[in-house]
Amino acid sequence: VACEQDLDITPEFEVVSSKVYQDFSNYKPILAKLYAGYAVTGQQGPTGRPDIGGIDEGFSNYLRQYWQAQELTTDEAIIAWNDGNLRDLHDMDWTAGNEFLRALYDRIFYQVSLTNEFIRETTDAKLAERGITGANLEAAKNFRAEARFLRALSYWHALDLYGNVPFVTEEDQVGFFFPEQISRAELFEYVESELLAIESELVDARQNEYGRADKAAAWTLLTKLYLNAQVYTGTARYTDAVTYAKKVINAGYTLEDDYDHLFLADNNKSNEIIFPITFDGLRTTTWGGMTYLVHAPVGGSMKASDFGINGGWSGLRTTKPIVNLFDDISGNTDDRANFYTVGQSLEINDIFTFTDGYAIAKWRNVTSTGQVGSDPSGNHPDTDFPMFRLGDVYLMYAEAVLRGGSGGDMATALQYINQLRDRAYIGSANGAITSSQLNLDFILNERARELKWEGHRRTDLIRFNRFTTDNYLWPWKGGVKEGRAVAAFRTLFPLPTTDVTANPNLKQNPGY
Amino acid sequence: NAESGDGNPVVVKNNTEVTSSLQARQQNVSLRGKVVNENGEGLPGVTVVLKGTTTGTSTDVNGNFSLSVPQTGGTLVFSYIGYTNQEVAIGNQSNFNVTLRPDTKALQEVVVVGYGTQKKSDVTGAVTAVTSDEFVKGQNTTPEQLIQGKVAGVQITSNSGAPGAGSRIRIRGGASLFASNDPLIVIDGVPIDNGGVSGVANPLSFLNPDDIASFNILKDASATAIYGSRASNGVIIITTKKGKAGEKLSVNFSTQHSYSTVTDKIDVLSGDEFRALVNETGTQTQKDLLGDASTDWQDVIYRDAYITDNTISLSGSYKSLPYRLSLGYLNQDGVLKTSNFERKSLGLSLNPSFLDDHLSVNLNFKGALTESVFANEGAIGAAIIFDPTRPVFQPDNQFGGYFQWTLNNAFNTLAPTNPLSLLKQRDDQGEANRWIGNVQIDYKFHFLPELRANLNIGTDRSDSEGRIIEAANYAPNQYGVQTISRYAQNRENDLLDFYLNYTKELTGINSRIEATAGYSFQDFFSKSPDFNFVDAEGNIIGTPVDGIPSQSHYRLKSYFGRLNYSLLDRYLLTATVRYDGSSRFSEDNRWGVFPALAFAWRISEEGFMQDVGFVSDLKLRLGYGVTGQQDIGPLFPYLARYTRADNTAQYQFGNTFYNTFRPEGYDVGIKWEETTTYNAGLDFGFLSNRITGSLDVFFKDTEDLLAEINVPAGTNLTNRLFTNVGSMETKGLEAALNFVAVSNEKLTWNIGINGTLIDQEITGLSKVEDPSFTGYDVGGISGGVGNTIQKYTLGYAPFSFFVYKQVYGADGKPVEGLYADLNGDGEITPEDKYLYKNPTANFNLGFNTQVNYGNWDLSTVVRGNFGNYMYNNVYSNLGTTQSFSFPNYLNNVSANVLETGFGTYQLFSDYYIENASFLRMDNLTLGYNFGRVLNDKVGLRLSANVQNVFVITEYNGLDPEVPSGIDYSLYPRPRVYTLGLFLNL
Repeated sequence: VACEQDLDITPEFEVVSSKVYQDFSNYKPILAKLYAGYAVTGQQGPTGRPDIGGIDEGFSNYLRQYWQAQELTTDEAIIAWNDGNLRDLHDMDWTAGNEFLRALYDRIFYQVSLTNEFIRETTDAKLAERGITGANLEAAKNFRAEARFLRALSYWHALDLYGNVPFVTEEDQVGFFFPEQISRAELFEYVESELLAIESELVDARQNEYGRADKAAAWTLLTKLYLNAQVYTGTARYTDAVTYAKKVINAGYTLEDDYDHLFLADNNKSNEIIFPITFDGLRTTTWGGMTYLVHAPVGGSMKASDFGINGGWSGLRTTKPIVNLFDDISGNTDDRANFYTVGQSLEINDIFTFTDGYAIAKWRNVTSTGQVGSDPSGNHPDTDFPMFRLGDVYLMYAEAVLRGGSGGDMATALQYINQLRDRAYIGSANGAITSSQLNLDFILNERARELKWEGHRRTDLIRFNRFTTDNYLWPWKGGVKEGRAVAAFRTLFPLPTTDVTANPNLKQNPGY
Repeated sequence: NAESGDGNPVVVKNNTEVTSSLQARQQNVSLRGKVVNENGEGLPGVTVVLKGTTTGTSTDVNGNFSLSVPQTGGTLVFSYIGYTNQEVAIGNQSNFNVTLRPDTKALQEVVVVGYGTQKKSDVTGAVTAVTSDEFVKGQNTTPEQLIQGKVAGVQITSNSGAPGAGSRIRIRGGASLFASNDPLIVIDGVPIDNGGVSGVANPLSFLNPDDIASFNILKDASATAIYGSRASNGVIIITTKKGKAGEKLSVNFSTQHSYSTVTDKIDVLSGDEFRALVNETGTQTQKDLLGDASTDWQDVIYRDAYITDNTISLSGSYKSLPYRLSLGYLNQDGVLKTSNFERKSLGLSLNPSFLDDHLSVNLNFKGALTESVFANEGAIGAAIIFDPTRPVFQPDNQFGGYFQWTLNNAFNTLAPTNPLSLLKQRDDQGEANRWIGNVQIDYKFHFLPELRANLNIGTDRSDSEGRIIEAANYAPNQYGVQTISRYAQNRENDLLDFYLNYTKELTGINSRIEATAGYSFQDFFSKSPDFNFVDAEGNIIGTPVDGIPSQSHYRLKSYFGRLNYSLLDRYLLTATVRYDGSSRFSEDNRWGVFPALAFAWRISEEGFMQDVGFVSDLKLRLGYGVTGQQDIGPLFPYLARYTRADNTAQYQFGNTFYNTFRPEGYDVGIKWEETTTYNAGLDFGFLSNRITGSLDVFFKDTEDLLAEINVPAGTNLTNRLFTNVGSMETKGLEAALNFVAVSNEKLTWNIGINGTLIDQEITGLSKVEDPSFTGYDVGGISGGVGNTIQKYTLGYAPFSFFVYKQVYGADGKPVEGLYADLNGDGEITPEDKYLYKNPTANFNLGFNTQVNYGNWDLSTVVRGNFGNYMYNNVYSNLGTTQSFSFPNYLNNVSANVLETGFGTYQLFSDYYIENASFLRMDNLTLGYNFGRVLNDKVGLRLSANVQNVFVITEYNGLDPEVPSGIDYSLYPRPRVYTLGLFLNL
């Protein structure tokens, strides 16, 4: 019988919060969790001890749901699975009860909570109180700035996807209260101010450890924010977009020689990637993230071994308009025409049949030298997700200039675009376009060619007013085979019913 | 007005029969005599029987009798309800004066309540005692089966037909939504931890049912409140058998041998039916996938299985040391191939007394070594869907000769795995060594014998380990080598109880008081090491673990008191209070007070009842109490803390991978769930307790119910948090009736019936009232990941089904995809779903009867549930033509597709919600008692028993009893035929 009969016990293998920040060596593992929140689903990979609940853990993955919200709702991707209300994403008839949109929302605010906690615990005053000085102090400040960057990144997702959302900062304590709702425009201002505020505290571009955010990551996010400012706030900010795109471009990033290598198991070596979400077949594992992105597109007659995995999940394909963006779909002309067509039909008669619609062979768990990734089971890839990369920034620069942003010029824009096209045409100049061909429509199409399945499409289509309208239709848009327009309010997702219920301060987005 | 103990009164044979038997015999002698009670008063109605014959009579109103018996002599047996039987050798006597002594055991039949016992007549709460002679007979391999169907308000549903499987026990429906609904189980004074033990399927299975003397089920709060924060779901007190002082050695040996067999299979298409369907409705690609075999995969995975269960026990008293020692051996094969459960059990109890019985010591030890082979139950689901046109074996392939679906010469990871290979190529075995022991020391003070001190020190420990070995050529094994994953667990739960009890007869005021005050402390600890995933040589496969064990630890500390006051033996009052502390809660909420009050009125003791001859016992009970629930899952839900990621969830910075630290969500204010229970009951006995029973109505109101609610986004370090927000009401009526239909020397026939009406409703769910909030989705189903079919909704029973209302065509068949537009907006949207029925029975029935005729006995237990509904997930997931079409492989479908003709999944149609009311004969036993054989040396009994005899139901699935209400791939409950032999030396 235990002699000690005290009820004041604490867990042996966990650290009580009041003590965790006393020891500086704990700071980096906590920071790592803020990043890992985009990659894995909990403290045990690939599943177990999940971060958020109420949904299958593999589904709860941040990147997986962000990708689905940005891609399955568009012409770029369609999925053959019958999971819950997954089909509603492509049909564009989602409701506030949609569990996938809820999971993404919960993930976003989970990141906000986690980053708030870290920022709250690493104020200058608290660092001083704990005697953290010298190099540790400098590192702690970098960490804090990165936490603020990550919070801004998630708040950007919130304002892009959901618009008017609850607003919490490090000023709030952990507990039970009802956060106020912030408008999309106000949140835009907050994200902008945060990114500008941390610029000086972030490590210089390309000088931080791989995987961690630096100044260029903040600049890229600012560029995205400004490029879409018209949508977010009603006020265009193209000049600012040009300004920050230039900062990134001048930071020394270079295009990867071979386009395909950006999406392989050793893409961490690329000098094009500005900010990745990192994965590892043995050490950073999940059923979402890159595991999903590598497995879900493989099916039909595709050989799983070509993708470095043990089997495909027969889910993701693309629709005809995306295929039609290429004159030659073989990939022999434009490397980015990475369609898989054997046994696949171009038309989609049945959403639930994998062979309806061309597959895309883009994400692989194989290195540029043909080595299979590290996981001997073939489940989890080593491939990282390039959330921000130089190619995107080139395209944003060109678009901002085309939309009237000053500080840049058309000639430079054309040069950046042709750099991308030269690469795509395997070094030949045949892909180059002339200045007369460079217009906004071209940009939208080029973004799809260059960036398809990288999580940009929904934002792009909204910026070009083609997401809900009949300006542009694709198969099964609006739930009908030929496609149809849907109500304009669907440019914003609904706040999940769960949060509208939990927080009486929230007003649902119009239309839902 | 004698009290009867255990409902086995002897009823006097009528005189005509006696006369007729007298006429049949001529060479008789006449005997006469008088039977008196302990006060010398004549006892009417005493049965007088010549032992071993049917010759007998009964005493008249003055206690006199006369009886004619053969000259051969013999022994007379005098028996009367409430009195000890007396045997008198006839010898040369012809006149007998017999004094019967009250059967103190019957009069003082005790009920075990928390921290003590009470005379049954003094009990004020809703308590049911079931003793070993009332246990369900037959092949009961786990303890809870002994009382299945026997107790009103207690529902026991086996989780599956797997060997050693546990059961879901619900007392009055449970009181929680998201936290545990399991009752507290106390074995010989040691509350055990209900949490699972690694390496064994059922935490109770370590206990040999043969060692159990009684179950006492405490149902209402006035009875359970002494267990405070663990009492909301009721308490089951198990007492094991013990030796008796002064008894000589008695050896009991029992051996039972069973044959179990699957009675029914899930109705899926045969090879030919499936070929016909695919050829009719499939695409060319699908037709090309058809094979030419005809395999019934369910036949392939099931077998007839053998069970042997043996116990030998020695009990008696060595000098002044009463002892009981038992050894048990159970070996149970399951009907699913490879499944097996083996238990070697040892029970020892010593209960000596010292110092003129002032000091009594009770030492109990129950231990078992269990070994389980856990068959891969995935094979059950796989056998339902695996293509029946494919053969079991495909010689010389890369999968060890088992047919598997392939794609580009590799295993198709999306396809189901060959069901037989799941069983044969994956070897999952666990063994657990568990023991529970305690020493209870009870001391009656020499200077004040009314005062006792009782110290109970106990422990519940287990060590278990197991491993899963997957063959290198097992198709889902992606590593190409034999893989081994290990697990182990060590649990140590320690108990310290101390109480003082003061009992005093206050004859001056016709009162008796009994006061108890005590302290209890319990510490629960468990630890599981972290093992690497290795190949046969021990080389690590995949990511090495970081070696940090998982550990759980919590403590409970309590102070309790109880006061029983009895006036005139008629008016009984019980007040209890428990002050409970749990390490799960913050200092501010750590302690809870759980009071209870009960009053009982023994109406039958009133003067005005003495003339109401047919009423032998009548007692009214009223009870009120508050109980708590601390078994909420997380161990430190109030504490802000950081947890470390394991090696497979690291994050990379530069070339370094970090084991991340995560702040956990917490609720500083989290506290106990509280259930307030009101109970009114009536215990009755009529016709000299030939009819006994009880009737109880109860109302339970649970508040501060823990629910995993969605926290307002951004406010906590998680999206959902356990917090106290809900409330629920449970109303019920339960009745039990025991009836001695016939009782004479030759024939006795007992009937027991119990019934429970129960109604549960959720009355609160969230912190914020919002009429648009439809509740929590629960009840995951097969068919798409993340789909659910049930809901917790305000105003409805928990687990109500949430479905579309199916529209039917003129032919009575459901129209595919056509549902009622319930909100009338012109389209079918999720808003048209409605709440329809739930899996909980409104009415539970238990029926048991036993007939003894001469040396034969026949008994049965029949159980019924009514008003319970089931989601037939086999039909919904497999009853469409879409269900067979998958990329590069085919799945079998349910025969239901031939009825509905559905082409696509209609998972949420209420067509699949079926009435699963049933009547099941659990048990039928025929026994023959040979009496003493081999020169009177050995008592011998033989029995034959059938379990799961039949089920009457309209439910279309395999078994109407699936606790969750969602029927997909239940391990079938087999029919078990058992022969048993029982020897007593």
